[in-house]
Amino acid sequence: MKKGWREVPIGGICWVSSTEYKTGTWKTYAPRIDYEKCTNCGFCWFYCPDGAIRWNGEEKPKVDYDYCKGCGICAHECPAKAITMELEVK
Amino acid sequence: MNQKVIGLSGDEAVAYAVKQCNVDVVAAYPITPQTIIVERIADYVNDGEVDLEYIPVESEHSAMSACIGAAAAGARAFTATAANGLALMHEVVYIASSLRLPIVMAIVNRALSGPICIHCDHSDTMAERDSSWIQLYVEDAQEAYDTVIQAFRIAEDPSVLLPVMVNLDGFIVSHTLQDVSVLPDEVVSEFVGKRQVASIDVAGKTVPMMLHPDNPLTFGPLDLFDYYFEHKRQQEEAIKAARDVIKRVNEEYYKISGRRYGDGMVDSYRMDDADIAVVGLGSTMGTVKEVVDEERSRGLKVGAIRIRSFRPFPVDQLLEELSRVKVVGVLDRSGAYGAPGAPVYNEIRSLLYDLDKRPAVLGYIYGIGGRDMPPELVKSVIRDLENALEKPPETKVEFIGVRE
Ligand code: SF4
Ligand code: SF4
Repeated sequence: MKKGWREVPIGGICWVSSTEYKTGTWKTYAPRIDYEKCTNCGFCWFYCPDGAIRWNGEEKPKVDYDYCKGCGICAHECPAKAITMELEVK
Repeated sequence: MNQKVIGLSGDEAVAYAVKQCNVDVVAAYPITPQTIIVERIADYVNDGEVDLEYIPVESEHSAMSACIGAAAAGARAFTATAANGLALMHEVVYIASSLRLPIVMAIVNRALSGPICIHCDHSDTMAERDSSWIQLYVEDAQEAYDTVIQAFRIAEDPSVLLPVMVNLDGFIVSHTLQDVSVLPDEVVSEFVGKRQVASIDVAGKTVPMMLHPDNPLTFGPLDLFDYYFEHKRQQEEAIKAARDVIKRVNEEYYKISGRRYGDGMVDSYRMDDADIAVVGLGSTMGTVKEVVDEERSRGLKVGAIRIRSFRPFPVDQLLEELSRVKVVGVLDRSGAYGAPGAPVYNEIRSLLYDLDKRPAVLGYIYGIGGRDMPPELVKSVIRDLENALEKPPETKVEFIGVRE
């Protein structure tokens, strides 16, 4: 049950950290990385506007589905065509 | 009471009050007939009479935006505007109130363009009627001075936390010199204190509701169908709470100044045994009071009610006073084109609907674009209301003072 108007802080101020707001629920298409094709170039990490690609420069990148909004930029930019956008089935 | 009497116009009286109210930030953009307010404040800053951050901005939209930023950072912020300046601000006017920032803004009421007109009517503030700002309308320069001081206390009260518009009639009040009693600086300073920032519970902690690196807060994020409605509901509660605060501050101010304006919400004049009430806003009500005296001396039981707080609307006071009269005449200095009547009339008709014995309510739209409202015209309204005592018309909303 969401908070009622008496409990919500006034002024529209967020009462939790933005990291707790899982914007990943917004997406319609989710990126899937084919690790056979992935060359570990890091482009997806650079291009993702939401910082939703986790990459440490050594291991191959992972999508953080909690925050990925499904924009498809990573798939568009991937030089190895290793990312496909799949319809989310909820 | 150690008060000085000085000659001030309404605009100057506002500036004088601002100088005394421990204001931290003034955002300034000129527009007739408000310009003198920000000019005088600029003089005070230049002459070292006040220590505040004076931000000359490039538009009214920026003036309000600067006040929003300042107030969100914990500052006491003030600005002033009129007519099209207020219209240009419109977008951010709503943001100020929804972020619950206790900004005070003087509005020198002026007709909205077009055609372009610099003179008084209330079309500018009526366009902001539903913005969840508190709207106080004053009668003269003295009240403008007193009300600016009160406005900071009202806006910053923890049960309210909403911005306040102090509305004075363009030229009629803003540019007319009047003997104004001013309080000593230290008395005003003590009355308003320094801005106290409210507290807010965020992530299990109680923190000051302001932008500060120690406690980062997000002001103005996206707020969709899941919470926007709740935030709007809170605003209604806050502006309702302002009714008691306006009354309390009116009384507390009386203690330091010897001046009060009715109960703070409405200023009633000779209403005790009245059969007829004339209701309206602003400086015209001064003329109405004069005419009421004349009419009383020839035996007509007529009184006047000046609505001082249009937002929040003085529901209880008006219900009480108007349930005792037979005929009500409502004066509106703005139109509501295509509506049943004009803004004040519409509110009063709606308010009285639940009464078992409703008085007749007649509406008069006057003074548009600064058209004069001389005593003769007020008398003709009262004649009309007197006739309605015998035979009330079905409905009546009339434009008065316009050439046929
Ligand atoms: S789909 Fe968009 S948001 Fe999601 S990981 Fe790719 S670039 Fe980032
Ligand atoms: S852009 Fe493509 S190839 Fe490069 S790291 Fe990302 S998924 Fe792998």
